[in-house]
Amino acid sequence: MTTTSRWRALTRHNLFWPIVVLVALLLVNVPFTPDFFAIRMTDGHLYGSLVSIVLFGSPLILVAVGMTLVIATGGIDLSVGAVVAITGALTCSYISDQSDQDALAGVLLAMGVGLIAAVVCGLWNGFLVARMGIQPIIATLIIMVAGRGVAQLITDGQIITINSEPYKLIGGGYWLTLPFSIFVVAAVVAVTVALTRRTALGLLVESVGGNAEASRLVGIRSRRIKIMVYVFCALCAGIAGLMISSNTSAADGNNAGLWIELDAILAVVIGGTSLLGGRFSIGGTVVGALVIQTLTTTIYTIGVPTQTNLVFKAAVVIVVCLLQSPKFRAKVFGARAKTAAPAAPAAVAEPADSAPKMEVS
Amino acid sequence: MSTTTKTPTTPQTRTPSKASRLLGDRRLPVLVTAALFLAMYIGGLSRYVNYGFGDSQVFLNLFIDNSYLLVAAVGATFVIMSGGIDLSVGSVIGFTTMLTAWLVQDVGLPLLVVIPISLGVGAFGGFLMGYVIHNFEIQPFIVTLAGLFLFRGLCLVISKESIAITDSAVSSLAETRVSLGVGDLSIGAVVALLVLAAAFYLLHYTRFGRRIYAIGGNEQSALLMGLPLGGTKIAVYTMSGFCSALAGLLFMLYIQSGDPLHAVGMELDAIAAVVIGGTLLTGGSGYVVGTLFGVLVLGLIKSIIQFEGTLSSWWTKIATGVLLCAFILIQRVMTTRKET
Repeated sequence: MTTTSRWRALTRHNLFWPIVVLVALLLVNVPFTPDFFAIRMTDGHLYGSLVSIVLFGSPLILVAVGMTLVIATGGIDLSVGAVVAITGALTCSYISDQSDQDALAGVLLAMGVGLIAAVVCGLWNGFLVARMGIQPIIATLIIMVAGRGVAQLITDGQIITINSEPYKLIGGGYWLTLPFSIFVVAAVVAVTVALTRRTALGLLVESVGGNAEASRLVGIRSRRIKIMVYVFCALCAGIAGLMISSNTSAADGNNAGLWIELDAILAVVIGGTSLLGGRFSIGGTVVGALVIQTLTTTIYTIGVPTQTNLVFKAAVVIVVCLLQSPKFRAKVFGARAKTAAPAAPAAVAEPADSAPKMEVS
Repeated sequence: MSTTTKTPTTPQTRTPSKASRLLGDRRLPVLVTAALFLAMYIGGLSRYVNYGFGDSQVFLNLFIDNSYLLVAAVGATFVIMSGGIDLSVGSVIGFTTMLTAWLVQDVGLPLLVVIPISLGVGAFGGFLMGYVIHNFEIQPFIVTLAGLFLFRGLCLVISKESIAITDSAVSSLAETRVSLGVGDLSIGAVVALLVLAAAFYLLHYTRFGRRIYAIGGNEQSALLMGLPLGGTKIAVYTMSGFCSALAGLLFMLYIQSGDPLHAVGMELDAIAAVVIGGTLLTGGSGYVVGTLFGVLVLGLIKSIIQFEGTLSSWWTKIATGVLLCAFILIQRVMTTRKET
């Protein structure tokens, strides 16, 4: 009995399904690349598919973590891609203006300028959503449309390339044998988890997402919390922007962070955070982002043309959303449970766990 | 407030009524956009009249160059009016250009067969999205996002290279001009205006249109009133898919090629046009004529920037964003007024 109840508790854990998907995706690679899990040491750096998945997934994880909090308040931030572009463009143009691009102080200053721009974007989004009461999709659409224009304005419509050793570190450098960006991501995730789970902040964010008006009435400054999460989200996007531009040593106002907002939302959804707000899981989001990155890598290594990437992503979105929809589960699995009709063997594993959960809620 | 009666029978809103009554009028956003368009046009005239800005053909070119956007935006108007959103517009347009180019060029089907196929595929895509949105109660945002990925991916599945269309039927259709005396319109522009007229009729003179307003205004009450919620919603998304596919055909005529990266992000242009046209994003209020002005304003920004010459294309994006912002704020102020 205890083993079954423990199993049940495990399967109900909110990270269970995302991790199962992630592991399954990783395993899919093994027949195609037998040394997929191998990690080797070259020149004091660790190399391997797993390392590169985390490395290339870093910007997405950052953006998705910020997005999680926004979605937890019942909002959405479409402007993150544009913020990525603006931050990268601004930082790179500052660095390229310097006489000595390797000067650490100058690089830090440039990064500061870029991040301040990101924070300003976040404040603007938060102002529109919290103060003016505009729907988040629309409020953030403004920067999504105008932001890329601004980024191109900064770079003068061209791709600014830079050659700065210190700046290269953040997105493409190594530290303690691992890519430096992994440490940045780990730090941001750790700080976010500490702030939201070790303090009451996470609770406040969830209560604002559950019912902003009610939480305002019990004395939570819901507007301030909302502004805060948009600023945080933009800041995360800004750091991701630094990472992307540093990795390529270039700022491309037009293409940097293109469609990253959609990937980030997808990561959040896969991680089990409801788009309706009120509950969130940072761990789930990180796993979700890794799932997306693994999917991209897998498609690449299996030898499927990379262009079909998007079709796979669409399929994942649809499947995840359908599984999350109570109505879908009731219609498909609920009906099957009642009639006990013979079911497709592959799908049996899911209904057994999700159907009873649905009846409880 | 009695100002909420929306019968389009009183042509004069500027009768000596109170200012509050004018501000409460639902037609105000459309009027503002129309006035903005006029102001921009006059501004353009005063600045570039020596460069031929006053040419009637320049004005007609607004319709020719934006025919596909107008069709897509009309579809988006329906969706937004019903309280939803459709992010798949740009992808469906891109996919349609790709599909038609592939069918005409590589498969060798005649254009007359290809057009219904493309329209059918687009409409079916919209139908599927509407079906999922309604039956499984998943947010339109996320379902149409999946549609965005799917159709863009399908584009690339057909080919990752662009396909130039050399078919004589396509080029002759693309070059056909309808003379208006003062200038000519392309076939695409004529089709777009027909779509606009059909949408206007559908929205304001049929039961279906009433239902869209009702559902967008308050879905719960619409359901309690016994309106066929599901059918209407699915129909709205089907129409949006159809309009996107039609826009894709017009775009294909305009560009005469299929490219997997055609119309990336055009859903945002369409949404921006709808918003600038004064349709409330929460649904239930707006006019399809406003969308026309929204598209014209966006088009005028582009042609003014062309005439300016020194300005670069990214100013289009910035100007669109600023306009979008201004109109959203206007909408916000107006809706708060209505609540009080």
